Amino acid sequence: MNKAITIDGKTLPFEDGQTIMDAALTAGVYIPRLCHNPELKPHGSCKLCVVNANGRNVTSCTMPASDGMVVTNNTPELNEDRKALVQMLFVEGNHICPACEASGNCQLQAAGYYLRMESPHFTHFYPPRRVDASHPDIFLDLNRCILCELCVRASRDIDKKNVFGISGRGIDSHLVVNSESGRLGDTNMAVTDKAAHICPTGAILIKRKGYTIPIGKRTFDQKTLSEFHLGQVKQPEPDGE
Amino acid sequence: MNNQARISKVKIATCSLAGCFGCHTSLLDIDERLFDLLGMVEFDRSPFTDIKHCGPCDIGIVEGGVSNAENARVLREFRDNCKVLVAIGPCAITGNVPALRNNIDLWDCFQEVYLYDPGTEGNQIPNDPELPLPFDKVYPIYEVVKVDYFLNGCPPSPDAIWNFLTDLIEGRKPEIDYKLLRYD
Amino acid sequence: MPPENFSNIEQQVASLCEAHDCEPHRLLQILIQVQEIYRFIPPEAITSIARHLNLPRVSVEGAAGFYSFLSLEPAGNYRVLFSDNVTDQMVGNQELMRQFCSKLWLEPGKVSEDRLVSAAFTSCTGMCDHGPAALVNGQPLTNLTSDRIDLIADLILGKSPVSNWPSALFEVNDNIRKTGMLLDKPFVSGNAIGAVLARGPDATLAEIKLSRLRGRGGAGYATAEKWTGCRNAPGSMRYIVCNADEGEPGTFKDRVLLNSYADLVFEGMTVGARLLGCAKGLLYLRGEYLFLLEKLEGILKRRREDGLLGHNIFGETGFDFDIEIHVGAGAYICGEESALIESLEGKRGRPRNRPPYPATHGYLDQPTVVNNVETFACAAIIAFRGGKWFGKIGTWQSSGSKILSISGDCARPGIYEYPFGTSVQEILDDCGVDEAYAVQVGGPSGVLISWKELDRRISFEDLPTAGAFTIFKRGRDILQAVRNYADFFAHESCGFCTPCRVGTQLQKKIVDKIANGHGTASDLEELKHLGHLMKTMSHCGLGHTAPNPVLDMLEKFPGAYEQKLRNLSFEPAFDLDAALETARRITGRDDPAAHLP
Repeated sequence: MNKAITIDGKTLPFEDGQTIMDAALTAGVYIPRLCHNPELKPHGSCKLCVVNANGRNVTSCTMPASDGMVVTNNTPELNEDRKALVQMLFVEGNHICPACEASGNCQLQAAGYYLRMESPHFTHFYPPRRVDASHPDIFLDLNRCILCELCVRASRDIDKKNVFGISGRGIDSHLVVNSESGRLGDTNMAVTDKAAHICPTGAILIKRKGYTIPIGKRTFDQKTLSEFHLGQVKQPEPDGE
Repeated sequence: MNNQARISKVKIATCSLAGCFGCHTSLLDIDERLFDLLGMVEFDRSPFTDIKHCGPCDIGIVEGGVSNAENARVLREFRDNCKVLVAIGPCAITGNVPALRNNIDLWDCFQEVYLYDPGTEGNQIPNDPELPLPFDKVYPIYEVVKVDYFLNGCPPSPDAIWNFLTDLIEGRKPEIDYKLLRYD
Repeated sequence: MPPENFSNIEQQVASLCEAHDCEPHRLLQILIQVQEIYRFIPPEAITSIARHLNLPRVSVEGAAGFYSFLSLEPAGNYRVLFSDNVTDQMVGNQELMRQFCSKLWLEPGKVSEDRLVSAAFTSCTGMCDHGPAALVNGQPLTNLTSDRIDLIADLILGKSPVSNWPSALFEVNDNIRKTGMLLDKPFVSGNAIGAVLARGPDATLAEIKLSRLRGRGGAGYATAEKWTGCRNAPGSMRYIVCNADEGEPGTFKDRVLLNSYADLVFEGMTVGARLLGCAKGLLYLRGEYLFLLEKLEGILKRRREDGLLGHNIFGETGFDFDIEIHVGAGAYICGEESALIESLEGKRGRPRNRPPYPATHGYLDQPTVVNNVETFACAAIIAFRGGKWFGKIGTWQSSGSKILSISGDCARPGIYEYPFGTSVQEILDDCGVDEAYAVQVGGPSGVLISWKELDRRISFEDLPTAGAFTIFKRGRDILQAVRNYADFFAHESCGFCTPCRVGTQLQKKIVDKIANGHGTASDLEELKHLGHLMKTMSHCGLGHTAPNPVLDMLEKFPGAYEQKLRNLSFEPAFDLDAALETARRITGRDDPAAHLP
């Protein structure tokens, strides 16, 4: 007999080794997320995908599904808490949407829309952060970094380059690049790297491409974050794993 | 429209603090609906009326963030006089573009503007009491006074403004349609 | 070492790395040595270490940037870190810091222009019974007074090597005030190992099960269950790890156990090794206890010579086990077992995603048991005296005894061992407290109890604790204590997950706001909201417990904050008039329009 979990009352089958997030994605059930991308090893840091499984809050992108697990996901309470997490991400960085090339393609912004965030609510930190334009093809603007480590993982696991890492601790945690000068231009990053195209916000931008697609015709002008993320589901291998 | 609104017009005040008046311009862009609006409301202090101080109002609409002492005084006046206070546009809600100066030392800003800029004559930092004195940072208005509602968009679209205002005027909690919720 | 050696960083780093076999898991140990040599981690050293250990440079920089005691900027030949536990504050550490800084023309947190000295605050150094305390280049300074601060400043100005400073400045006593089943009798090394070999591993594990021993680190997981899980997990190697990263503010019992009962602890690890089939044990010693390292290495050496460690222990063929000490570098989060394992592997101390748990995938992804210092001491005693004897002490759910680190407002601070189930009142009577107002049981991640709750009992079922017991007398400002704890969590959050990284900062800002007299009723609601988010959405125990002191205060000590609240619905988080000060200074204005009341 197939193993299954239920999410908000809907029964979803899963295979051994799948997380709650995997099972949900396969079945087309949306769990909000920012740091997870099905192409990369789960990370579990943004906490947007926290769900309640058998009475306990767990991170769905890292928690293995187990047979009979009862999950609640799309509840007003959890969505309120998720909205508060998005608000936290907004105030801890410097997210100035109208002045950002990524506006309309930004998943943080789209998460705000999806969760109906009307204001960042908390006190802004306005942290001093670095902008690095040293690379000929890529901008790095740490004002917009949300520490999801998608670029860290993509560079390490897909590009096999380790261009990015995290240093500092707590609120001083920050993205660092693999050069003694600390400049992206002194690393071996290339514009064709996966890491150059995986940033969910505008922290990593490709130069000279900012406005090739006008505002109003961008990703989240066409679809919601939920539709976008569900479209990202990894196609299963023809003969299974 | 409820009966009360028909009898006495809703009193509205608006202002732009550290903003660009873009939100006000977008309000004017509701076009012919302006006639409907004017049938329902009466403007108190506002760039549209040139009234200098805000009297008791039903709704206060504030564009722009709080960048200087004058902004703070106006904002407090609005809060003290308006039953409902609305932050309109990202400058009022996050600080937005004016807040780009928040990580530049104020002394560096002053030097750049008044001492080093090629166009400056006299090379003096002005100290006239008539000039608003800047804060060390630009703040969203909700960090200075209590704000009741937020209307996003840079600027909010005329439709968003119209829907929002008609909700408020007719005594409903404004519901912002998903398509009209924009931070840019 | 003076900075002139900067020219040969490459050579120095090369020989350091070679001394550690260029083993990436030794990264943190190498970084600690680089810090000792240069008093900071120069960027060239990071590049060089990365090359020698064959690690990405970002990984080395990431680890170096994580730990408080490692500095990426020059921090002076003398780096003085004042312990900032609430108990240090009670005895005037703030004034001493001010005195020190003014005497040496220092700004807190910044190095002097001649790069001679820097001063900053650090989280509790585990000297709560010797406060105010500090660390100079990693060595503990205790019982600081104004006179001692003058003396220390003079020693620094005279460029006297720390090793030449008067030993009285560094005096650390055990202060054992009350002993019980663990601390009572001197333990004869080898007794527990002998008993295990006589009885056999299965029967010994059964004794531990019979004893109902639970982990002493606070969470109280059943030790026999944890050990059985590890024992049954498939793996090529098994590891046993002793968690001596005693970072919970107010706790110092592991300091004393390691100073005077290290044989008991090492023996407990060896017992575990026999039961689980481990060949290697690791002791993670918090950086603040670096002063114990030499002594502990000496004890390990003696135990090897006595046949209690190494090959064929106790003459038993094939019983091979040895213990290696890893030193931490100032990170409370490394007390969390999976963060500790990451740190042992030379990485940033970031708690792992679980499952899998360390019992199956721990150190180097192998089955691993991580236990508290005191738990191993208990295991040794149980192996020797039997589970039934142990289980008779304490309560049914909490067998045995608990060692408490008592400090704060009491006549006799120090180490007290009690059977589980002892009431708070009885403890207060023993350590000399007239009028207790509050007790922080288990440190800031534990429970803040009020004078109305003194009949509660130390036990897993009522007041669980890793050992901290901080007493506040009537008249103490609980809000100040809570503010200290909120600062602590904001400083120690690892930064991995959103709710803890941002939530601890927001919590600290609001508590500061209330303490500064600008709080309103809506700020109290906001603290509850943040508490809910951290408790329910965080990645690990640090975030789950970070709101505890605040929420306990809100519930039990309304008097601590109510009078400070403004009777307004809203008050800004910043002082508007103060935010105009810079512009007033620049323009030279002081007219009425240049102020906001």
